[in-house]
Amino acid sequence: MTTMTEQATQVYSLFIRATPEQVWEGITKPEFTKQYFHGTEVDSTFEPGARYLSLAGGEPMADGEILESDPPRMLRHTWRALYDPDTASEPHSRVTWEIEPQEGGVTRLTVTHDQLEAAPKTAASVAGGWSYILSGLKTLLETGKPLASE
Amino acid sequence: MATDDDQVFRALADPTRRHLLDRLFERDGRTLTELESELAMTRFGVMKHLRLLEEAGLVVTRKAGREKLHYLNPVPIRLLHDRWIDKYRERQVSALATLKSELEETA
Repeated sequence: MTTMTEQATQVYSLFIRATPEQVWEGITKPEFTKQYFHGTEVDSTFEPGARYLSLAGGEPMADGEILESDPPRMLRHTWRALYDPDTASEPHSRVTWEIEPQEGGVTRLTVTHDQLEAAPKTAASVAGGWSYILSGLKTLLETGKPLASE
Repeated sequence: MATDDDQVFRALADPTRRHLLDRLFERDGRTLTELESELAMTRFGVMKHLRLLEEAGLVVTRKAGREKLHYLNPVPIRLLHDRWIDKYRERQVSALATLKSELEETA
């Protein structure tokens, strides 16, 4: 299969049968993220200016800074992948989580990963991953169980 | 609503719409004019296909100044994969595992 080319702006969107508050918790609580985000635990106060860290076994896998935070509707932070020396040497990109309630108990979550112009290795590295991560978040919030591992 | 698998399957069951997704896969964030230039089709026809893709959640649009940019959203395809394809692949694998143990027992 061909891999996605390095897109400087990537948009991922899905509907989750959960409240915006539950989606916010799914994104900001380590006990949730470790079940769908490649086993990593998020570590941040999620206040503007605060550090954003993603940890696996205490080791940082990604870092960044909270730019904007409006629980439970919007979160924006910078992001740099540290799991690979090639991506760790690239500048920070930006991730925006938008949470919009819909009719019928459904919430639309849209993740925009942009400012990847100067980070082509990061862009290529995350292109396949976001769909898998968001599918896992949806399954976790809707069933209470993580997606069966690949 | 785009939570419906039927809508995604219907959107994918058309060569022009798959072609549009392939063009966005190669380079994302395109305008209608850019996408139209690669298809032997009227602007109206391309708009209709893009609207169906957007309704199925396979395309997300963003305003950038006066332009409307189209982005490929691969998540619905991933969800179909996790819901439909993985499941049957698993059964196939376990059927093979059963066959293997049965053959080994009789050997």
